[in-house]
Amino acid sequence: MAPRLFDIAHPEFRVGMRAMAPQMPGLAAWGLMTGVAMVKSGLSLPEVLAMALLVYAGSAQLAALPLLVAGAPPWVVLATGFCVNLRFVVFSLHLRQYLMHLPLARRLFFGYLTVDMSYVLLTQRRPEPASDAAGRRAQEAFLGGANALGWVCWMTPSLAGIALANAIPTHWGLGFAGILALVGILCSLANQWLRVLAGAVAAATAVAAYALPLRINIVVAIGVAVAACLLIERLPPPRKAAL
Amino acid sequence: MIDALLAGTDLWTLATLLGLGAVTVLTRCFFFISSQPWKLPAWVARGLQYAPVAALAAVVLPEVVMSQGYLVPTWQDARIFGAAAGAAAYFLARRSTLATIVVGMAVYLPLHLGLGW
Repeated sequence: MAPRLFDIAHPEFRVGMRAMAPQMPGLAAWGLMTGVAMVKSGLSLPEVLAMALLVYAGSAQLAALPLLVAGAPPWVVLATGFCVNLRFVVFSLHLRQYLMHLPLARRLFFGYLTVDMSYVLLTQRRPEPASDAAGRRAQEAFLGGANALGWVCWMTPSLAGIALANAIPTHWGLGFAGILALVGILCSLANQWLRVLAGAVAAATAVAAYALPLRINIVVAIGVAVAACLLIERLPPPRKAAL
Repeated sequence: MIDALLAGTDLWTLATLLGLGAVTVLTRCFFFISSQPWKLPAWVARGLQYAPVAALAAVVLPEVVMSQGYLVPTWQDARIFGAAAGAAAYFLARRSTLATIVVGMAVYLPLHLGLGW
């Protein structure tokens, strides 16, 4: 196969796009809001465009905004982004079985574009990774189709949000929608009691340690929360710990 | 021309954003960058599942209950009510993050613009 970016000719490409289509309204709303929030945070237009076009990870973008605006050092911003993105590390362990036969550049290309939804769709479409050439080509076409539509449906409203935000006065406080988006993700992650505890410990630590310079309070809070949960995991369970 | 375009832009910030893009690649490709099979130590693998919720909570709560580096001295702050309403909406609307944003803003904006909280 010629090294094209997307295997558009393969029928599975369209199947992948069709599987992604129901996600469009949600992606569009979330992209639009992220675009508005980036501009409202006070970053300059080149900075906002660089963030939208390069980072391509909504939750990491929104989490980085207050840190960038507060002038936190790069390593704190990057460490926070890494932690917010850790769910992808878990996905990548699974995706390895689907992509490892490809050359490195192709793996990185697929990995960069594979967001939560396209990962879930691929594993639903192909619970078992293909082991023959035809099957592999089909699963790559499917993932490519889902990824391509996902990228367009995220980037278009995101750029529209950036354009529209400039027409809206700052004092309306629309940037708060970015914080609310993070609250939503936070609620979706808090599905076990130890994770609820991790969030509570981290939140309290971040507020208590706010006076630390350079927004290190975020990094300290993550460390304290993870350490606390790992310690509690080791205690003998009083009962089945699930929420 | 270039100067006008980059007005208010910090090169360090641009470099950090480039780094954040690299973090996206690194995390999304983490286990298939190297062709060597390898595993994380067990405690790191377990810690992985607590870090995202911790990172988000650590970023979010100060943005809701603090201003200029101090806890807000009053409960009359639109952010507190907006965030609480958004979180409640998430669970009432069958786990919809869209509901969090819509309901949260519907509570936040009148308090913020109307009452000046």
